[in-house]
Amino acid sequence: MNRIWAIIERDLRRFRRSPTLIVVSMVMPLVQLVVLGHAFGGKVKNVVVGVVDQDHGVPAVKLKEMFQAVAANARTFDTIPYGDRSSALQDLRNGKISGVLNIPPHFSRKVLAGANPRVALIEDNTDQFVAATLEGTLSEMLGPYGQRSPQPRLSARATLSVVEIYPYVPYVQYLLPGTIVLAIFVSAMIGGGIIYIDDKARGLHEGYLVTPIRKYELIMGFNLAGATKAIVAGTVLVTCGSLIAGIPDPLNVFRLARMLLLVVTTSLALISMMFLLMVRVSDPLIPRAIFGVLNTVLFFPSGAVYPIQAFPPWMRAIAVVDPFTYAVHGFKSLVLKNTGLAAIGVDLAVLAGFTVLTMGAATALFRRTL
Amino acid sequence: MLDIEVDNLSKYFGDFCAVNGLSFNVQHGEVFGLLGPNGAGKSTLIRMLTTLVPPTSGSARINGFDVVRAANDVRQCIGVIPQAMTSDLDLSADENMRIFAKLYGIPREKRRRTIRELLEAVDLGQWADKPVKNFSGGMRRRLEIARGLVHEPRIFFLDEPTTGLDPVSRVAVWEMLARLKRERDLTILLTTHYMDEADKLCDRIAIIDHGNLVALDSPLKLKASIPGKNILEVSFSDVPPGWTETVTALPDVAEVRADDHVFRISSHNGPRTTVELMETARKAGIAVVSLSVQSTTLDDVFVHYTGRQLRDALQASTRVPAEVLYRQRRGPA
Repeated sequence: MNRIWAIIERDLRRFRRSPTLIVVSMVMPLVQLVVLGHAFGGKVKNVVVGVVDQDHGVPAVKLKEMFQAVAANARTFDTIPYGDRSSALQDLRNGKISGVLNIPPHFSRKVLAGANPRVALIEDNTDQFVAATLEGTLSEMLGPYGQRSPQPRLSARATLSVVEIYPYVPYVQYLLPGTIVLAIFVSAMIGGGIIYIDDKARGLHEGYLVTPIRKYELIMGFNLAGATKAIVAGTVLVTCGSLIAGIPDPLNVFRLARMLLLVVTTSLALISMMFLLMVRVSDPLIPRAIFGVLNTVLFFPSGAVYPIQAFPPWMRAIAVVDPFTYAVHGFKSLVLKNTGLAAIGVDLAVLAGFTVLTMGAATALFRRTL
Repeated sequence: MLDIEVDNLSKYFGDFCAVNGLSFNVQHGEVFGLLGPNGAGKSTLIRMLTTLVPPTSGSARINGFDVVRAANDVRQCIGVIPQAMTSDLDLSADENMRIFAKLYGIPREKRRRTIRELLEAVDLGQWADKPVKNFSGGMRRRLEIARGLVHEPRIFFLDEPTTGLDPVSRVAVWEMLARLKRERDLTILLTTHYMDEADKLCDRIAIIDHGNLVALDSPLKLKASIPGKNILEVSFSDVPPGWTETVTALPDVAEVRADDHVFRISSHNGPRTTVELMETARKAGIAVVSLSVQSTTLDDVFVHYTGRQLRDALQASTRVPAEVLYRQRRGPA
């Protein structure tokens, strides 16, 4: 036991003295959370749209006024009136504006005659998010416009009532669970991968191997030391991340305790995975070469940034065996829904099982000699 | 009491034979040197003896324990200084020592006392709390020597303890080892490719070349074992035909090697051969351009047993395939 502690002690003392490492494993994921969290999922605003009115009737003017009202209040659009269609289209092609709302001739006549009036939206569809916003807002706007009043008292049309059981989740909060797991993983990559192999290559392990330390003590020491650093990183992310992302009641003790349990389980799983990957490696270039790709392969299929349901089958298959998936799912439950342990039981069990499997394999492959 | 018993020990890395059937014993209290160029198999041998690399065949016993079957008993009674500098640079000297004291399971009270004593013994007392990254190469080596002794081992292995150190630090390390040996009840096995180091430190020396043991004895006896007590290096102005034979026929001459105008003559009686040589040269009308008379050195011993200069052997050792050297350094694939 003392020997295990000696290995851990050495690693933690070193960790304390390398501020770069602390910054990389804790502050960088927080920066990523802030930047990514606000880079995606914000409401699209100030899209420049040209308006071409070829009708000039009263209904057309009314439509334009509605459109300008949206532009003035929600700031979704900035409108620019165009006298003719071709100059508007030219500006669209040159990227000066993102869409052209075209009110065709005879629009007013068709409205009054109830003869299926149409307006055209010609849009720059290279940016899907802007295009979707444009279409969505305009359809919404045209809905009530086309409705005749008075409505029939009894409608046969089925409508959908949506009940949201959780408060609105901004993207930065949606991203927090993945960021916590990422911080734990970065710590595991650096501690369990890069530093571990560097120490090996420098002959530090040779120094341990000539002492009477047992194989299991060595493995336990390396893994617990790595896990401890990952747990520290994970805990910092859980608390600071919750505050930054604006999770309601961020310092709730019970939730923090549940999160800590998941942080520990995740750290052990990721460290033992890293140990298995590195157990026979001696070239310091290898961890550096594979980590970029490994990060992508594990992080993105986990549902941390986009729902798994949107993935092609092969990526879903990765998600099934990816420990990130379960860790991210667990943190989503705790962070976004504030659930109890029952909701993350499966996640904890899978992560624990994963730890046992990878540690078993790594122990079998680990050599007590050079 | 035999502290180290090596019996027909071999190590192969694939087809490459790093150590070829070595056998020797080391008595308790001896300083035993393994001398040979890089790639001779010294490090592989020391790694087998310190349980780091399993032998391909043969056996070795340290303090009576087999290095394969009783590896952990072996580890308990040996201190090892690997070739690479393996101190933790981010930690202080004291912390480096403490971690290893814990790995050897030394109780807390004893730990503190032993560490202080050892750091004093290697002249690092006032550096105990300084981070090792600020240490010079010689200081790091001394720290490692102290670290290797933290559990009071019976047998001390040092793999090239002075390689990469400046001459002053080398001498400091030698003096320290000599003192430690005097003060502690230690058996020391060290590898080196420095002749003077082996000569100065070792009670007995094994010369190893290409994994083979080519000679084993005390430095004095090794030097006495080769023909000639003195080496004369003479350079003549002119070398007439048959001159080599004339020189060889001089009294007490054991061996003559000629390289153009320069002759290297081994003699059983340096002064007498010198006088006769000068006389013969004068009679033949040949001027002696330069003349030096030396006692036999370990270099001569090495040349005698391996047929080449150690410095040539050092260069030739680069011909060992890089992959093999890498594996030796890192252990088998």
